Amino acid sequence: MKILSLNFLTCAVKACKTSPNSYPLHPKDAELVQDELGLKPEMIISVLPRIDWEALKSTCSELGFPALPEAAPTKEELENDEKILKDLHHLLLETSISEGKLVCGNCGHEYAIKEGIANFLLPGHLV
Amino acid sequence: MLFLIRFAQIHESFRLAELKALAELECEDLKIAEHDDKNPFCIVEMSSVEASKRVISRSILAQSIHELWGSGSTLNELHEDIKSILPDRGHLYKDASFKFEVECFQGTRSKKARMEIIHSLAYLPFEGPIKMKDPQEHFTIFEYWPYQSVFLGIENPERLYFARFVGGTSRDIVHKYDLKKRGYISTTSMDSELALVTANIALADSGKLFFDPFVGTGSFPIACSHFGATTWGSDIDGRSLRGDGKDKSLKGNFSQYGMKERIGDVFASDLTNTPLQLRRIWDGIVCDPPYGVREGLRVLGCRDPLLKPWQLELSKKNYKEPDYVPPKKPYSFYAMLDNILAFAASTLVDNGRLSFWMPTANDEDREIAIPEHPRLQVVSVCTQVFHKWSRRLITYRRVSDAEVSPAALQAFAVRQQVTVEGRTADELNPFRNEYFKGFNSEK
Repeated sequence: MKILSLNFLTCAVKACKTSPNSYPLHPKDAELVQDELGLKPEMIISVLPRIDWEALKSTCSELGFPALPEAAPTKEELENDEKILKDLHHLLLETSISEGKLVCGNCGHEYAIKEGIANFLLPGHLV
Repeated sequence: MLFLIRFAQIHESFRLAELKALAELECEDLKIAEHDDKNPFCIVEMSSVEASKRVISRSILAQSIHELWGSGSTLNELHEDIKSILPDRGHLYKDASFKFEVECFQGTRSKKARMEIIHSLAYLPFEGPIKMKDPQEHFTIFEYWPYQSVFLGIENPERLYFARFVGGTSRDIVHKYDLKKRGYISTTSMDSELALVTANIALADSGKLFFDPFVGTGSFPIACSHFGATTWGSDIDGRSLRGDGKDKSLKGNFSQYGMKERIGDVFASDLTNTPLQLRRIWDGIVCDPPYGVREGLRVLGCRDPLLKPWQLELSKKNYKEPDYVPPKKPYSFYAMLDNILAFAASTLVDNGRLSFWMPTANDEDREIAIPEHPRLQVVSVCTQVFHKWSRRLITYRRVSDAEVSPAALQAFAVRQQVTVEGRTADELNPFRNEYFKGFNSEK
Protein backbone atom coordinates (compact mmCIF):
# COMPACT_ATOMS: atom_id res chain seq x y z
CA MET A 1 0.00 0.00 0.00
CA LYS A 2 1.75 3.11 -1.27
CA ILE A 3 1.76 6.35 0.71
CA LEU A 4 -0.04 7.96 -2.24
CA SER A 5 -2.88 5.42 -2.02
CA LEU A 6 -3.27 6.18 1.69
CA ASN A 7 -4.08 9.74 0.66
CA PHE A 8 -7.09 8.51 -1.34
CA LEU A 9 -8.47 6.11 1.28
CA THR A 10 -10.76 6.55 4.22
CA CYS A 11 -12.85 4.23 6.39
CA ALA A 12 -15.21 1.96 4.42
CA VAL A 13 -17.94 2.18 7.08
CA LYS A 14 -20.66 4.44 5.69
CA ALA A 15 -21.35 6.17 9.01
CA CYS A 16 -17.67 7.21 9.27
CA LYS A 17 -17.61 8.99 5.91
CA THR A 18 -19.05 12.19 7.33
CA SER A 19 -16.68 12.30 10.30
CA PRO A 20 -13.45 14.26 9.85
CA ASN A 21 -11.72 11.78 12.19
CA SER A 22 -12.00 8.95 9.68
CA TYR A 23 -9.46 10.48 7.27
CA PRO A 24 -6.64 9.80 6.86
CA LEU A 25 -6.46 6.27 8.23
CA HIS A 26 -3.76 5.77 10.84
CA PRO A 27 -1.00 3.27 10.09
CA LYS A 28 -0.33 0.85 12.95
CA ASP A 29 2.54 -1.65 13.32
CA ALA A 30 3.54 -0.70 9.80
CA GLU A 31 6.44 -2.48 8.11
CA LEU A 32 7.74 -0.26 5.33
CA VAL A 33 9.44 -1.27 2.09
CA GLN A 34 11.18 0.81 -0.55
CA ASP A 35 10.96 -0.10 -4.21
CA GLU A 36 13.14 1.50 -6.81
CA LEU A 37 10.81 2.68 -9.57
CA GLY A 38 11.42 4.80 -12.65
CA LEU A 39 10.56 8.48 -12.09
CA LYS A 40 7.84 9.86 -14.32
CA PRO A 41 7.69 13.63 -13.79
CA GLU A 42 4.35 13.99 -15.60
CA MET A 43 2.80 11.54 -13.15
CA ILE A 44 3.96 13.51 -10.08
CA ILE A 45 2.89 16.80 -11.65
CA SER A 46 -0.57 15.50 -12.50
CA VAL A 47 -1.05 13.85 -9.10
CA LEU A 48 -0.03 16.90 -7.07
CA PRO A 49 -3.37 18.77 -7.24
CA ARG A 50 -5.18 15.59 -6.16
CA ILE A 51 -3.19 15.23 -2.96
CA ASP A 52 -4.71 16.29 0.33
CA TRP A 53 -1.53 17.90 1.68
CA GLU A 54 -2.72 18.13 5.30
CA ALA A 55 -3.51 14.40 5.31
CA LEU A 56 -0.14 13.61 3.71
CA LYS A 57 1.66 15.63 6.38
CA SER A 58 -0.12 13.78 9.15
CA THR A 59 0.60 10.35 7.54
CA CYS A 60 4.28 11.29 7.27
CA SER A 61 4.57 12.38 10.87
CA GLU A 62 2.77 9.23 12.09
CA LEU A 63 5.24 7.08 10.15
CA GLY A 64 8.15 9.10 11.53
CA PHE A 65 9.28 10.53 8.18
CA PRO A 66 11.03 13.91 7.96
CA ALA A 67 8.48 16.71 8.15
CA LEU A 68 7.01 17.94 4.88
CA PRO A 69 6.92 21.65 4.01
CA GLU A 70 3.95 23.55 5.43
CA ALA A 71 2.32 23.98 2.02
CA ALA A 72 2.34 21.78 -1.07
CA PRO A 73 4.87 22.76 -3.75
CA THR A 74 3.45 24.57 -6.75
CA LYS A 75 3.47 23.14 -10.26
CA GLU A 76 6.28 25.54 -11.24
CA GLU A 77 8.41 24.48 -8.28
CA LEU A 78 7.97 20.84 -9.28
CA GLU A 79 8.87 21.50 -12.89
CA ASN A 80 12.01 23.44 -12.00
CA ASP A 81 13.34 21.62 -8.96
CA GLU A 82 14.30 18.03 -9.57
CA LYS A 83 14.98 17.40 -5.90
CA ILE A 84 11.40 18.16 -4.84
CA LEU A 85 10.19 15.95 -7.70
CA LYS A 86 12.44 13.07 -6.68
CA ASP A 87 11.58 13.38 -3.00
CA LEU A 88 7.87 13.30 -3.73
CA HIS A 89 8.27 10.38 -6.12
CA HIS A 90 10.18 8.53 -3.41
CA LEU A 91 7.61 9.30 -0.73
CA LEU A 92 4.42 8.76 -2.73
CA LEU A 93 5.27 5.89 -5.03
CA GLU A 94 8.45 4.16 -3.88
CA THR A 95 7.54 3.92 -0.20
CA SER A 96 4.85 1.47 0.78
CA ILE A 97 3.46 -0.45 3.73
CA SER A 98 3.93 -4.18 3.24
CA GLU A 99 2.51 -5.44 6.53
CA GLY A 100 0.49 -3.75 9.23
CA LYS A 101 -2.87 -2.19 9.88
CA LEU A 102 -4.81 0.93 9.00
CA VAL A 103 -7.00 2.24 11.78
CA CYS A 104 -10.05 4.48 11.48
CA GLY A 105 -9.84 7.42 13.91
CA ASN A 106 -13.61 7.49 14.22
CA CYS A 107 -14.83 3.90 14.72
CA GLY A 108 -11.50 2.28 15.54
CA HIS A 109 -11.93 -0.49 12.95
CA GLU A 110 -8.61 -1.98 11.83
CA TYR A 111 -7.95 -2.90 8.20
CA ALA A 112 -5.15 -5.42 7.73
CA ILE A 113 -2.41 -5.05 5.14
CA LYS A 114 -0.74 -8.29 4.09
CA GLU A 115 1.95 -8.55 1.44
CA GLY A 116 1.20 -4.98 0.45
CA ILE A 117 -2.49 -5.65 -0.22
CA ALA A 118 -5.01 -4.09 2.15
CA ASN A 119 -8.31 -5.70 2.97
CA PHE A 120 -11.21 -3.24 3.24
CA LEU A 121 -13.98 -5.84 3.32
CA LEU A 122 -16.25 -5.07 6.25
CA PRO A 123 -17.56 -7.75 8.60
CA GLY A 124 -21.31 -8.44 8.48
CA HIS A 125 -22.25 -6.24 11.44
CA LEU A 126 -20.56 -3.11 10.03
CA VAL A 127 -22.18 -3.12 6.57
CA MET B 1 -6.14 16.20 -46.32
CA LEU B 2 -7.81 12.86 -46.94
CA PHE B 3 -6.43 9.63 -45.53
CA LEU B 4 -7.38 6.01 -45.93
CA ILE B 5 -7.39 3.91 -42.79
CA ARG B 6 -7.07 0.19 -43.30
CA PHE B 7 -9.00 -1.45 -40.45
CA ALA B 8 -8.93 -5.06 -39.38
CA GLN B 9 -12.35 -6.49 -40.20
CA ILE B 10 -13.27 -7.22 -36.58
CA HIS B 11 -15.16 -5.42 -33.78
CA GLU B 12 -16.54 -3.04 -36.41
CA SER B 13 -18.74 -1.03 -34.05
CA PHE B 14 -15.70 -0.12 -31.92
CA ARG B 15 -13.68 1.42 -34.75
CA LEU B 16 -15.00 4.95 -34.85
CA ALA B 17 -15.20 5.22 -31.06
CA GLU B 18 -11.51 4.29 -30.86
CA LEU B 19 -10.52 6.56 -33.73
CA LYS B 20 -12.37 9.57 -32.30
CA ALA B 21 -10.85 8.97 -28.86
CA LEU B 22 -7.33 8.87 -30.34
CA ALA B 23 -7.98 12.08 -32.28
CA GLU B 24 -9.16 13.70 -29.05
CA LEU B 25 -5.98 12.60 -27.27
CA GLU B 26 -3.91 14.27 -30.00
CA CYS B 27 -6.22 17.33 -30.10
CA GLU B 28 -6.71 16.69 -33.79
CA ASP B 29 -9.88 17.71 -35.60
CA LEU B 30 -10.80 14.47 -37.37
CA LYS B 31 -13.71 14.18 -39.77
CA ILE B 32 -15.06 10.87 -41.03
CA ALA B 33 -15.62 11.16 -44.77
CA GLU B 34 -16.55 7.57 -45.66
CA HIS B 35 -17.19 4.69 -43.29
CA ASP B 36 -19.13 1.48 -43.54
CA ASP B 37 -18.97 -1.38 -41.04
CA LYS B 38 -18.66 -3.86 -43.91
CA ASN B 39 -15.75 -2.04 -45.54
CA PRO B 40 -12.32 -2.13 -43.87
CA PHE B 41 -11.22 0.95 -45.83
CA CYS B 42 -12.33 4.13 -44.12
CA ILE B 43 -11.70 7.65 -45.44
CA VAL B 44 -11.03 10.43 -42.94
CA GLU B 45 -9.90 14.01 -43.04
CA MET B 46 -7.05 15.29 -40.87
CA SER B 47 -4.85 18.35 -40.90
CA SER B 48 -1.49 16.85 -41.87
CA VAL B 49 0.49 13.69 -42.51
CA GLU B 50 2.29 14.11 -39.20
CA ALA B 51 -0.99 14.45 -37.29
CA SER B 52 -2.42 11.38 -39.00
CA LYS B 53 0.64 9.32 -37.99
CA ARG B 54 0.33 10.41 -34.36
CA VAL B 55 -3.41 9.73 -34.17
CA ILE B 56 -3.24 6.25 -35.65
CA SER B 57 -0.05 5.09 -33.92
CA ARG B 58 -1.96 3.89 -30.83
CA SER B 59 -4.84 2.29 -32.67
CA ILE B 60 -5.58 -1.38 -32.00
CA LEU B 61 -8.34 -1.87 -34.57
CA ALA B 62 -6.58 -0.16 -37.50
CA GLN B 63 -3.71 -1.77 -39.33
CA SER B 64 -2.28 1.21 -41.17
CA ILE B 65 -2.96 4.71 -42.45
CA HIS B 66 -2.34 5.93 -46.00
CA GLU B 67 -2.41 9.29 -47.74
CA LEU B 68 -5.32 9.05 -50.18
CA TRP B 69 -4.43 9.86 -53.80
CA GLY B 70 -7.72 8.92 -55.37
CA SER B 71 -10.79 6.72 -55.28
CA GLY B 72 -13.53 5.59 -57.64
CA SER B 73 -16.08 2.92 -58.50
CA THR B 74 -14.14 1.80 -61.56
CA LEU B 75 -10.47 1.75 -62.49
CA ASN B 76 -11.07 4.60 -64.97
CA GLU B 77 -12.71 6.73 -62.30
CA LEU B 78 -9.77 6.01 -60.03
CA HIS B 79 -7.30 7.13 -62.72
CA GLU B 80 -9.24 10.37 -63.30
CA ASP B 81 -9.20 11.09 -59.58
CA ILE B 82 -5.45 10.42 -59.29
CA LYS B 83 -4.68 12.58 -62.31
CA SER B 84 -6.53 15.51 -60.76
CA ILE B 85 -4.11 15.67 -57.79
CA LEU B 86 -0.93 14.78 -59.67
CA PRO B 87 0.12 18.38 -60.39
CA ASP B 88 0.27 18.95 -56.60
CA ARG B 89 1.86 15.73 -55.44
CA GLY B 90 3.49 13.81 -58.29
CA HIS B 91 6.80 15.68 -58.30
CA LEU B 92 7.34 15.15 -54.54
CA TYR B 93 8.17 11.49 -55.09
CA LYS B 94 10.02 11.78 -58.40
CA ASP B 95 13.32 10.29 -57.19
CA ALA B 96 12.19 8.13 -54.28
CA SER B 97 12.47 4.36 -54.40
CA PHE B 98 9.01 2.83 -54.39
CA LYS B 99 6.86 -0.23 -54.68
CA PHE B 100 3.26 -0.92 -55.70
CA GLU B 101 0.84 -3.43 -54.30
CA VAL B 102 -2.74 -4.48 -54.98
CA GLU B 103 -4.83 -5.45 -51.96
CA CYS B 104 -8.25 -6.99 -52.56
CA PHE B 105 -10.79 -7.33 -49.77
CA GLN B 106 -13.34 -10.13 -50.30
CA GLY B 107 -12.09 -10.63 -53.85
CA THR B 108 -9.14 -12.07 -55.73
CA ARG B 109 -6.98 -10.99 -58.64
CA SER B 110 -4.58 -13.19 -60.54
CA LYS B 111 -0.96 -12.15 -60.58
CA LYS B 112 -1.41 -11.09 -64.19
CA ALA B 113 -4.43 -8.93 -63.39
CA ARG B 114 -2.53 -7.27 -60.55
CA MET B 115 0.36 -6.47 -62.86
CA GLU B 116 -2.05 -5.00 -65.41
CA ILE B 117 -3.54 -2.69 -62.78
CA ILE B 118 -0.11 -1.60 -61.64
CA HIS B 119 1.03 -0.98 -65.24
CA SER B 120 -2.08 1.09 -65.89
CA LEU B 121 -0.57 3.59 -63.43
CA ALA B 122 2.51 4.06 -65.65
CA TYR B 123 1.63 7.74 -66.11
CA LEU B 124 2.75 8.47 -62.53
CA PRO B 125 5.93 10.58 -62.73
CA PHE B 126 8.05 8.27 -60.57
CA GLU B 127 11.59 7.87 -61.82
CA GLY B 128 13.19 6.34 -58.74
CA PRO B 129 14.19 2.65 -58.49
CA ILE B 130 11.59 -0.02 -57.74
CA LYS B 131 12.46 -1.76 -54.49
CA MET B 132 10.25 -4.53 -53.21
CA LYS B 133 12.07 -4.53 -49.88
CA ASP B 134 12.12 -1.38 -47.72
CA PRO B 135 11.23 1.15 -50.39
CA GLN B 136 11.03 4.81 -49.41
CA GLU B 137 7.45 5.02 -50.62
CA HIS B 138 4.86 2.28 -50.59
CA PHE B 139 1.77 2.72 -52.79
CA THR B 140 -1.25 0.45 -52.63
CA ILE B 141 -4.32 -0.02 -54.80
CA PHE B 142 -7.05 -1.11 -52.37
CA GLU B 143 -10.07 -2.87 -53.80
CA TYR B 144 -13.30 -3.39 -51.92
CA TRP B 145 -15.25 -6.27 -53.44
CA PRO B 146 -18.88 -7.20 -52.67
CA TYR B 147 -19.48 -9.99 -50.15
CA GLN B 148 -18.89 -13.48 -51.61
CA SER B 149 -17.57 -12.07 -54.91
CA VAL B 150 -15.58 -15.17 -55.70
CA PHE B 151 -18.52 -17.49 -55.08
CA LEU B 152 -20.95 -15.31 -57.07
CA GLY B 153 -18.48 -14.79 -59.92
CA ILE B 154 -18.53 -10.99 -59.61
CA GLU B 155 -15.87 -9.54 -61.92
CA ASN B 156 -15.25 -6.06 -60.61
CA PRO B 157 -14.77 -4.48 -57.22
CA GLU B 158 -17.29 -2.04 -55.79
CA ARG B 159 -14.78 0.61 -54.84
CA LEU B 160 -11.09 1.29 -55.55
CA TYR B 161 -8.60 3.47 -53.73
CA PHE B 162 -5.01 4.47 -54.39
CA ALA B 163 -2.95 5.60 -51.43
CA ARG B 164 0.58 6.13 -50.11
CA PHE B 165 1.58 4.42 -46.87
CA VAL B 166 2.05 6.88 -44.02
CA GLY B 167 2.18 4.99 -40.74
CA GLY B 168 1.50 1.84 -38.78
CA THR B 169 -0.53 1.20 -35.64
CA SER B 170 -0.23 -0.66 -32.34
CA ARG B 171 -2.17 -3.69 -33.54
CA ASP B 172 0.85 -5.94 -32.98
CA ILE B 173 0.81 -5.42 -29.23
CA VAL B 174 -2.41 -7.46 -29.07
CA HIS B 175 -0.09 -10.47 -29.30
CA LYS B 176 2.27 -9.15 -26.67
CA TYR B 177 -0.58 -9.03 -24.14
CA ASP B 178 -2.21 -12.25 -25.36
CA LEU B 179 -3.91 -13.99 -22.42
CA LYS B 180 -2.35 -17.31 -23.45
CA LYS B 181 1.07 -15.88 -22.72
CA ARG B 182 0.10 -14.05 -19.53
CA GLY B 183 1.32 -15.58 -16.30
CA TYR B 184 -1.83 -15.10 -14.28
CA ILE B 185 -5.39 -15.03 -15.62
CA SER B 186 -8.85 -16.17 -14.54
CA THR B 187 -11.99 -17.40 -16.31
CA THR B 188 -13.26 -13.87 -16.84
CA SER B 189 -10.08 -12.04 -17.91
CA MET B 190 -10.85 -9.66 -20.78
CA ASP B 191 -9.02 -10.55 -23.98
CA SER B 192 -6.10 -8.31 -24.73
CA GLU B 193 -7.49 -6.77 -27.91
CA LEU B 194 -10.71 -5.51 -26.33
CA ALA B 195 -8.96 -4.46 -23.13
CA LEU B 196 -6.54 -2.33 -25.17
CA VAL B 197 -9.40 -0.86 -27.22
CA THR B 198 -11.18 -0.02 -23.95
CA ALA B 199 -8.04 1.72 -22.69
CA ASN B 200 -7.89 3.76 -25.90
CA ILE B 201 -11.55 4.73 -25.75
CA ALA B 202 -11.16 5.73 -22.08
CA LEU B 203 -8.20 7.96 -23.08
CA ALA B 204 -5.59 6.19 -20.94
CA ASP B 205 -2.35 8.13 -21.22
CA SER B 206 0.91 8.99 -19.56
CA GLY B 207 0.51 10.85 -16.26
CA LYS B 208 -3.13 9.83 -15.82
CA LEU B 209 -4.64 7.97 -12.88
CA PHE B 210 -6.99 5.07 -13.67
CA PHE B 211 -9.13 2.85 -11.46
CA ASP B 212 -10.86 -0.49 -11.99
CA PRO B 213 -13.33 -1.43 -9.21
CA PHE B 214 -13.68 -5.04 -10.46
CA VAL B 215 -10.05 -5.60 -11.22
CA GLY B 216 -9.85 -9.40 -11.01
CA THR B 217 -6.51 -10.39 -12.50
CA GLY B 218 -5.86 -6.93 -13.89
CA SER B 219 -6.74 -7.07 -17.61
CA PHE B 220 -7.79 -3.42 -17.78
CA PRO B 221 -5.02 -1.93 -15.61
CA ILE B 222 -2.46 -3.74 -17.76
CA ALA B 223 -3.97 -2.29 -20.94
CA CYS B 224 -4.25 1.22 -19.49
CA SER B 225 -0.73 1.09 -18.12
CA HIS B 226 0.58 0.02 -21.50
CA PHE B 227 -0.47 3.47 -22.69
CA GLY B 228 1.26 5.10 -19.73
CA ALA B 229 -1.47 5.46 -17.11
CA THR B 230 -0.85 4.60 -13.46
CA THR B 231 -3.57 2.23 -12.38
CA TRP B 232 -5.34 1.25 -9.18
CA GLY B 233 -7.76 -1.59 -8.73
CA SER B 234 -9.98 -3.25 -6.19
CA ASP B 235 -11.95 -6.46 -6.08
CA ILE B 236 -14.33 -8.03 -3.60
CA ASP B 237 -12.30 -11.23 -3.95
CA GLY B 238 -8.88 -10.61 -2.45
CA ARG B 239 -7.65 -14.00 -3.64
CA SER B 240 -7.86 -12.91 -7.27
CA LEU B 241 -5.49 -10.02 -6.56
CA ARG B 242 -3.01 -12.01 -4.52
CA GLY B 243 -2.75 -15.12 -6.66
CA ASP B 244 0.17 -17.10 -5.27
CA GLY B 245 1.75 -13.91 -3.96
CA LYS B 246 4.68 -14.24 -6.36
CA ASP B 247 4.74 -14.37 -10.17
CA LYS B 248 1.21 -15.67 -10.52
CA SER B 249 -0.48 -12.57 -9.17
CA LEU B 250 -1.80 -9.28 -10.47
CA LYS B 251 1.46 -7.54 -9.60
CA GLY B 252 3.33 -10.45 -11.18
CA ASN B 253 1.56 -9.68 -14.45
CA PHE B 254 2.81 -6.10 -14.32
CA SER B 255 6.34 -7.37 -13.70
CA GLN B 256 6.01 -9.75 -16.64
CA TYR B 257 5.40 -6.78 -18.93
CA GLY B 258 8.08 -4.62 -17.30
CA MET B 259 5.56 -2.08 -16.00
CA LYS B 260 6.07 -2.38 -12.24
CA GLU B 261 6.22 1.39 -11.83
CA ARG B 262 2.79 1.87 -13.41
CA ILE B 263 0.71 -0.03 -10.89
CA GLY B 264 -0.59 2.16 -8.09
CA ASP B 265 -2.14 -0.31 -5.68
CA VAL B 266 -4.70 -3.04 -5.54
CA PHE B 267 -6.84 -3.80 -2.50
CA ALA B 268 -9.81 -5.90 -1.49
CA SER B 269 -12.99 -3.87 -1.26
CA ASP B 270 -16.58 -3.75 -2.40
CA LEU B 271 -17.86 -0.85 -4.50
CA THR B 272 -21.00 -0.52 -2.36
CA ASN B 273 -18.78 0.01 0.69
CA THR B 274 -15.72 1.57 -0.90
CA PRO B 275 -12.88 2.93 1.21
CA LEU B 276 -11.97 5.39 -1.55
CA GLN B 277 -12.66 9.02 -0.83
CA LEU B 278 -15.42 10.47 -2.95
CA ARG B 279 -13.41 13.32 -4.41
CA ARG B 280 -12.22 14.06 -7.91
CA ILE B 281 -9.21 11.74 -8.19
CA TRP B 282 -9.48 9.65 -11.34
CA ASP B 283 -8.90 10.47 -15.00
CA GLY B 284 -10.55 7.27 -16.00
CA ILE B 285 -12.56 4.38 -14.58
CA VAL B 286 -12.70 1.20 -16.63
CA CYS B 287 -14.34 -2.05 -15.64
CA ASP B 288 -16.18 -5.17 -16.61
CA PRO B 289 -18.63 -5.62 -13.74
CA PRO B 290 -19.79 -9.15 -12.84
CA TYR B 291 -23.02 -10.05 -14.64
CA GLY B 292 -23.91 -12.86 -12.28
CA VAL B 293 -23.48 -15.51 -14.98
CA ARG B 294 -19.92 -16.74 -14.90
CA GLU B 295 -19.16 -15.00 -11.64
CA GLY B 296 -21.60 -14.19 -8.87
CA LEU B 297 -22.80 -10.63 -8.45
CA ARG B 298 -22.39 -10.21 -4.73
CA VAL B 299 -21.74 -7.43 -2.30
CA LEU B 300 -20.92 -7.31 1.39
CA GLY B 301 -23.74 -7.93 3.81
CA CYS B 302 -25.86 -10.65 5.41
CA ARG B 303 -28.59 -12.06 3.20
CA ASP B 304 -31.27 -12.51 5.86
CA PRO B 305 -30.33 -10.39 8.87
CA LEU B 306 -33.85 -10.70 10.31
CA LEU B 307 -34.31 -14.42 9.74
CA LYS B 308 -30.80 -15.35 10.76
CA PRO B 309 -29.69 -12.90 13.46
CA TRP B 310 -27.00 -15.33 14.56
CA GLN B 311 -25.05 -14.41 11.40
CA LEU B 312 -24.48 -10.95 12.80
CA GLU B 313 -23.51 -12.30 16.19
CA LEU B 314 -21.05 -14.65 14.55
CA SER B 315 -19.52 -11.82 12.59
CA LYS B 316 -19.18 -9.66 15.72
CA LYS B 317 -17.47 -12.54 17.52
CA ASN B 318 -15.11 -13.65 14.77
CA TYR B 319 -14.23 -10.66 12.62
CA LYS B 320 -10.80 -10.20 14.13
CA GLU B 321 -9.75 -13.77 13.34
CA PRO B 322 -7.19 -13.91 10.52
CA ASP B 323 -9.22 -16.44 8.53
CA TYR B 324 -12.53 -14.59 8.91
CA VAL B 325 -14.49 -14.36 5.66
CA PRO B 326 -17.12 -11.58 5.61
CA PRO B 327 -20.63 -12.66 4.54
CA LYS B 328 -21.80 -11.62 1.09
CA LYS B 329 -25.26 -11.39 -0.42
CA PRO B 330 -26.60 -11.37 -4.00
CA TYR B 331 -27.11 -7.92 -5.43
CA SER B 332 -29.14 -6.35 -8.21
CA PHE B 333 -27.35 -5.78 -11.49
CA TYR B 334 -29.23 -2.49 -12.05
CA ALA B 335 -28.33 -1.27 -8.61
CA MET B 336 -24.68 -2.13 -9.29
CA LEU B 337 -24.76 -0.13 -12.55
CA ASP B 338 -26.23 2.83 -10.66
CA ASN B 339 -23.51 2.48 -8.03
CA ILE B 340 -20.81 2.52 -10.70
CA LEU B 341 -22.26 5.64 -12.32
CA ALA B 342 -22.68 7.42 -8.99
CA PHE B 343 -19.12 6.52 -7.98
CA ALA B 344 -17.76 7.72 -11.33
CA ALA B 345 -19.73 10.96 -11.15
CA SER B 346 -18.22 11.79 -7.76
CA THR B 347 -14.65 10.67 -8.40
CA LEU B 348 -13.83 11.45 -12.05
CA VAL B 349 -12.13 14.73 -12.91
CA ASP B 350 -13.89 16.96 -15.46
CA ASN B 351 -13.79 15.29 -18.89
CA GLY B 352 -12.58 12.09 -17.23
CA ARG B 353 -14.06 8.96 -18.75
CA LEU B 354 -15.99 5.98 -17.46
CA SER B 355 -15.92 2.93 -19.76
CA PHE B 356 -17.63 -0.23 -18.70
CA TRP B 357 -18.92 -3.43 -20.22
CA MET B 358 -22.53 -4.46 -19.87
CA PRO B 359 -24.42 -7.46 -21.26
CA THR B 360 -27.82 -7.32 -22.89
CA ALA B 361 -30.14 -9.69 -24.71
CA ASN B 362 -30.22 -9.32 -28.50
CA ASP B 363 -34.02 -9.40 -28.58
CA GLU B 364 -35.13 -5.76 -28.63
CA ASP B 365 -37.91 -6.33 -26.11
CA ARG B 366 -35.51 -7.69 -23.55
CA GLU B 367 -32.73 -5.20 -24.12
CA ILE B 368 -31.32 -3.57 -21.02
CA ALA B 369 -31.40 0.21 -21.28
CA ILE B 370 -28.20 2.22 -21.14
CA PRO B 371 -27.92 3.59 -17.60
CA GLU B 372 -27.96 7.35 -17.22
CA HIS B 373 -26.57 9.92 -14.83
CA PRO B 374 -26.96 13.71 -15.14
CA ARG B 375 -23.22 14.26 -14.60
CA LEU B 376 -22.18 11.67 -17.20
CA GLN B 377 -22.65 12.16 -20.91
CA VAL B 378 -22.63 9.11 -23.17
CA VAL B 379 -19.70 9.36 -25.59
CA SER B 380 -19.97 6.03 -27.37
CA VAL B 381 -21.73 2.69 -27.26
CA CYS B 382 -19.98 -0.23 -28.97
CA THR B 383 -21.48 -3.68 -29.27
CA GLN B 384 -19.90 -7.10 -29.47
CA VAL B 385 -22.59 -9.53 -30.62
CA PHE B 386 -22.70 -13.16 -29.51
CA HIS B 387 -25.34 -15.71 -30.47
CA LYS B 388 -28.27 -14.69 -28.29
CA TRP B 389 -26.81 -11.89 -26.27
CA SER B 390 -24.34 -9.07 -26.71
CA ARG B 391 -22.08 -7.08 -24.53
CA ARG B 392 -21.71 -3.38 -24.92
CA LEU B 393 -18.85 -1.10 -24.06
CA ILE B 394 -20.45 2.11 -22.85
CA THR B 395 -18.30 5.20 -22.41
CA TYR B 396 -19.26 8.38 -20.61
CA ARG B 397 -17.61 11.74 -20.12
CA ARG B 398 -17.81 13.47 -16.73
CA VAL B 399 -19.26 16.86 -17.61
CA SER B 400 -18.33 19.83 -15.46
CA ASP B 401 -20.77 20.82 -12.75
CA ALA B 402 -21.55 24.05 -14.61
CA GLU B 403 -22.97 21.97 -17.49
CA VAL B 404 -25.48 20.09 -15.28
CA SER B 405 -28.89 21.52 -14.55
CA PRO B 406 -30.06 21.32 -10.90
CA ALA B 407 -33.43 20.05 -12.15
CA ALA B 408 -31.78 17.02 -13.79
CA LEU B 409 -29.91 16.26 -10.55
CA GLN B 410 -33.10 16.47 -8.54
CA ALA B 411 -35.02 14.22 -10.91
CA PHE B 412 -32.19 11.72 -10.72
CA ALA B 413 -32.20 11.73 -6.91
CA VAL B 414 -35.93 10.94 -6.91
CA ARG B 415 -35.41 8.05 -9.33
CA GLN B 416 -32.69 6.60 -7.13
CA GLN B 417 -35.08 6.19 -4.21
CA VAL B 418 -36.87 3.31 -5.91
CA THR B 419 -35.27 0.18 -4.51
CA VAL B 420 -35.12 -3.18 -6.22
CA GLU B 421 -37.23 -5.90 -4.65
CA GLY B 422 -35.96 -9.43 -4.34
CA ARG B 423 -33.44 -11.52 -2.49
CA THR B 424 -32.17 -14.29 -4.75
CA ALA B 425 -29.70 -13.91 -7.61
CA ASP B 426 -32.42 -14.72 -10.17
CA GLU B 427 -34.87 -12.18 -8.80
CA LEU B 428 -32.24 -9.49 -8.65
CA ASN B 429 -30.61 -10.08 -11.97
CA PRO B 430 -32.86 -10.32 -15.02
CA PHE B 431 -29.95 -10.83 -17.41
CA ARG B 432 -28.75 -13.88 -15.49
CA ASN B 433 -32.26 -15.21 -15.41
CA GLU B 434 -32.70 -14.86 -19.18
CA TYR B 435 -29.25 -16.24 -19.85
CA PHE B 436 -29.93 -19.49 -18.06
CA LYS B 437 -33.30 -19.83 -19.77
CA GLY B 438 -31.61 -19.39 -23.14
CA PHE B 439 -33.40 -16.10 -23.83
CA ASN B 440 -36.45 -18.13 -24.84
CA SER B 441 -38.74 -17.80 -21.86
CA GLU B 442 -42.23 -16.37 -22.06
CA LYS B 443 -42.28 -12.84 -20.79
